Amino acid sequence: MKFGIVTFPGSNCDDDAYFAVTEALGASAVRLWHKDHDLQGADVIILPGGFSYGDYLRAGAIARFSPIMREVIAHAERGGPVIGICNGFQIACEAHLLPGALLRNDSLQFRSQMVTLRVENADTLFTNQYTAGQLLRIPIAHGDGRFAIEPEGLERLEAEGLVVFRYADSQGRITETANPNGSLDNIAGIINARGNVIGLMPHPERAMDALFGSRDGFGFFESVLARVAA
Amino acid sequence: MTRYQVAVHIVPRKGILDPQGKAVADALHTLGFGTVGDVRVGRHVVLDVEAADPDTATASVRTMCDKLLANPVTEDYHIAGVTSA
Repeated sequence: MKFGIVTFPGSNCDDDAYFAVTEALGASAVRLWHKDHDLQGADVIILPGGFSYGDYLRAGAIARFSPIMREVIAHAERGGPVIGICNGFQIACEAHLLPGALLRNDSLQFRSQMVTLRVENADTLFTNQYTAGQLLRIPIAHGDGRFAIEPEGLERLEAEGLVVFRYADSQGRITETANPNGSLDNIAGIINARGNVIGLMPHPERAMDALFGSRDGFGFFESVLARVAA
Repeated sequence: MTRYQVAVHIVPRKGILDPQGKAVADALHTLGFGTVGDVRVGRHVVLDVEAADPDTATASVRTMCDKLLANPVTEDYHIAGVTSA
């Protein structure tokens, strides 16, 4: 089982993701360049955080047309797992791998802080090592993280359990003050209906060791390893 | 073939919170421009396009908007003008 981590011009969490899955998790990984046309046998693709193409036009809008994305989209269409973290989430939405869009934070401020996430769905490829309702401490670092979607789309996400993570307070309550960016329904991460593409604004790859202030991201990658390797 | 300059306005869709627009509206109110209601801040893109006629130039820019320049989930666009470049 091998992770493939894509580097776009402007990606800056590709090294963090590589560290997370190799040194922390002990899995193997290959780095993929945005101009590549080959996923080099990777089973799970990670679209990492950063500011691909300087976030020009809209976050993720230009990266979505990088040569490698053709292969990533084909991989997702075959049912292959794809993880979009932060800028990767924005790219996955722009590529229509996930519904909705990520807009400027309602505060208009870049938010770099630790947040509490509540696991809403622990029965996915990416969250099976957590329990529903579990609270995780995971950092965020973004200026464009406000999840938006048309009302029918939101209804579908909620009805089908496709909301995977929500911003919560330390008691697990979903409140406005716990919401760092104005996302609809405090949504921090969603999964597609097929269950193979996940997108989230928080950075589990930066919460892999107590040294980082939290190890709560470990279960995220461990979940993938448990399912895909099996 | 002629070169045309096609201008497009892209703005956040009504009903979608536009914090930039709101901040601008608040500042204008502070300055005494009490007549200002809703403000939305978007992008103005000017493209130099080669086409047989203005209609063809406009049609190709619309396709570009649908594919890349605007996000259909959150933004509306309209062609602001077409002139020969």
